[in-house]
Amino acid sequence: MALKNIESVPGGPGETGSGLIQLITADGVRVPEPAYDALVADIDGAALQGLYEDMVVVRRIDSEATALQRQGELALWPPLLGQEAAQIGSGRALRSDDFVFSSYRENAVAYCRGVDLTDILRVWRGNASSGWDPYAINMATPQVIIGAQTLHATGYAMGILNDGDDAVAVTYFGDGATSQGDVNEAMVFAASFQAPVIFFCQNNHWAISEPVGLQAHVPIANRAPGFGIPSVRVDGNDVLACLAVTRQALARARSGGGPTFIEAVTYRMGPHTTADDPTRYRDANELEDWAAKDPLKRLEAHLGSLGLFDEAFTAAVKAKADAVAAELRAGCLGMAEPAPSDVFKHVYSTPNSWLDRQQDHYERYLSSFADSASSDGSS
Amino acid sequence: MAGVIKEFRLPDLGEGLTESEIVSWHVAVGDTVELNQIIADVETAKAVVELPSPYAGVIAELHEQPGTVVEVGAPLVSFEVAGPAGAPPSIGSAASGGDTGAPAKREPNLVGYGAAVEKGGRPERRARRFASQLSGGLNPAGGSALPGLAERVGSAPMIAAVPAVPARPAVEAVPVAPVLESAGSLPASPVRTISGERPRSTPPVRKLARDLGIRLEGVPGTGPGGLITRDDVLAAAQGASASDGAGNGGSVAPASVIPSPVNPSPAGAQDTARETRTPIKGMRKHTAAAMVASAFTAPHVTEFLTVDVTPTMELIGRVKESKAFAGVRITPLTIVAKALCIALRRNPTLNSRWDEAAGDIVQFNYVNLGIAAATPRGLLVPNIKDAQELSLMDLAGALTGLTERARAGKTGPADLSGGTISITNIGVFGIDAGTPILNPGEAAILAMGAVRRMPWEYEGQIALRSVMTLSLSFDHRLVDGEQGSRFLADIGAILADPGMVLTMV
Repeated sequence: MALKNIESVPGGPGETGSGLIQLITADGVRVPEPAYDALVADIDGAALQGLYEDMVVVRRIDSEATALQRQGELALWPPLLGQEAAQIGSGRALRSDDFVFSSYRENAVAYCRGVDLTDILRVWRGNASSGWDPYAINMATPQVIIGAQTLHATGYAMGILNDGDDAVAVTYFGDGATSQGDVNEAMVFAASFQAPVIFFCQNNHWAISEPVGLQAHVPIANRAPGFGIPSVRVDGNDVLACLAVTRQALARARSGGGPTFIEAVTYRMGPHTTADDPTRYRDANELEDWAAKDPLKRLEAHLGSLGLFDEAFTAAVKAKADAVAAELRAGCLGMAEPAPSDVFKHVYSTPNSWLDRQQDHYERYLSSFADSASSDGSS
Repeated sequence: MAGVIKEFRLPDLGEGLTESEIVSWHVAVGDTVELNQIIADVETAKAVVELPSPYAGVIAELHEQPGTVVEVGAPLVSFEVAGPAGAPPSIGSAASGGDTGAPAKREPNLVGYGAAVEKGGRPERRARRFASQLSGGLNPAGGSALPGLAERVGSAPMIAAVPAVPARPAVEAVPVAPVLESAGSLPASPVRTISGERPRSTPPVRKLARDLGIRLEGVPGTGPGGLITRDDVLAAAQGASASDGAGNGGSVAPASVIPSPVNPSPAGAQDTARETRTPIKGMRKHTAAAMVASAFTAPHVTEFLTVDVTPTMELIGRVKESKAFAGVRITPLTIVAKALCIALRRNPTLNSRWDEAAGDIVQFNYVNLGIAAATPRGLLVPNIKDAQELSLMDLAGALTGLTERARAGKTGPADLSGGTISITNIGVFGIDAGTPILNPGEAAILAMGAVRRMPWEYEGQIALRSVMTLSLSFDHRLVDGEQGSRFLADIGAILADPGMVLTMV
């Protein structure tokens, strides 16, 4: 029965519930999950506190950047509010030689990769056409074309195979992107070549104003087996579970097991971008339901139950977040305007005589403006 | 304290926005605010957003009041901050793109279509020396015959643009010079109009003009760049009806100089026998205005449902025979009206009004049922007050009285005002279906088609049945497809099986 597999997973694409990997419940209770517990056996209290601090800091980066946009300092900002656990849990699972190909909302992943905070804002301030050197942190600059980065990831992973390396390419995209041809093609190639790539889908329930149920009538994770790619659905607001499933997928990829598709079921609690008003298309009750599943709150509760959420800890986390926010703001306001000739930078990796010629012409053209005020009278 | 005043100008809060409305201030002059403290709610074309304070300091001045629409780049609020040392780097320059004078006027542009080229504030480029040499070499007589080249590379692109096209032939071909001279001496805009180019307007305005019988060629445009606006067309319509009987003289005179494609006879000597012109006034004008207002403000959706109404026709037959209804006029309209009132109770959103001025949706808990009536004077929609309270017999009586008054031209103003929903019976003209336009201020209108004997599926066989099509238009601002569809399906269910009423009341 061809349909049996699809019917075996209950619930629609947006629902949580059975079939979902969860290690910490929304109430902060650690529940056993035999297949995954061993994968996070090393995560002790201090490590949990570290994950918590990461999530607080990236949430603060997010709110500070949103404020900067409202203050006219950024043209646009895509908030990740609500998706901290999915991004921190997966991002912290990676090795430094793994390579990330993300969409534009994965600022928490970039934080895990050690990006310079100012570089996160560069593009959104209109200051540069891309933010950072991808090879410095092994993360490509954000892809705005929906889903295109999945092809880059598969291609990179095929390169890893050729090199005989054991690094892994990880690509991040959303529920809406799974409707794109690029994502489907990337999965076909990944499966054909058994490439070491992880398709990390953050199902945040909304493709701008389109609810996930319009694009998928079954859980998105169910699509991957059709390509021959094993998949897993994880509670995307559970940072520990996200860490566990990502580690599992990484181990599979490193040992020649090929690609994995992870669907992290989470929720975009903010607008699509600062130019969007979700109240126009989204039920307030839905937001309330998801606020109860907030990734930070549940880890707070869990740490509290372990006696690890005391005042000294929260004060330290707050100080860290404040410092990061201040650094972000100072970096944004202090960003040097690019020079016109910067447009010639980073076009070719090696010197190019034609480009040099064009740059020379352009600079001479620009210099013709310089003394126009003084020469006006004479001409 | 020796504070520094920092001015915060309204940034572009979305992508390509030009203005925003201040919804409310959360702070007052003299308040101390922290960095990122929410100071105002601002509504853009895209969203209502909270504005976080860019400074820590004291509010020195609020430049605009709530309810004001502020242009991007205009001063919004001034802060007194502790001093240059404690302040973040200048925010004004980044937000407004320069401190000198008023910012250039912004044009809205859609994301993905690129920004408009900024014309102001650019450094001017020094004229190239070889340009003036070239100009002099080609035209020893000076710059007059060739004004374009030197100035195009100089500082006056607007002047250069107009004569640029005739300039080149003028140098090469002397014989055509007189023609070019006369063309060149005309101002740009009349040249365009006479050359037969369509006057600038927008599709809805062209539609309005066509509906009102106004020729756009004769309408002076008052919009930007001579654009003909809705008001211009309405003013022209007013003028046309005021001039009454004066044909196309009077205020629409410019139209008469345009040769009409329909009537090629010279201007002013039109053949009146082939066309009849009636001034737009009275009922026709009122109806036109109401329909235009309705069609252009309420987004209409029309749904159709074809129903086997044989059981309803049988019911009408039985009711007519009963003694209680002796002398009462029972028609399909009576039953449809009753079914509508029952279905409305289950689908109340169809009985509502969009009150734009008050910013409210008015839900009526009563039904003033309008019935579209063709009268000698034109279309009237008198309504039956509190139709939801009426028994079938009372409803039948009210319908009869209403239509009789309408046909006799005795419909009073009270009958015409306060309608909440309407029925139009196009079936009496032998028509099956249509897309009725809402009576202004109402959320729905139901058109009932003719009852036809048609071959229809009945109990697994094909049988001759009485079939009627219902067409329901509704205002999509108020009613979604779901409610509209349920409402229509309820009416259809009653007509297909009047006994279904028992399941609904």
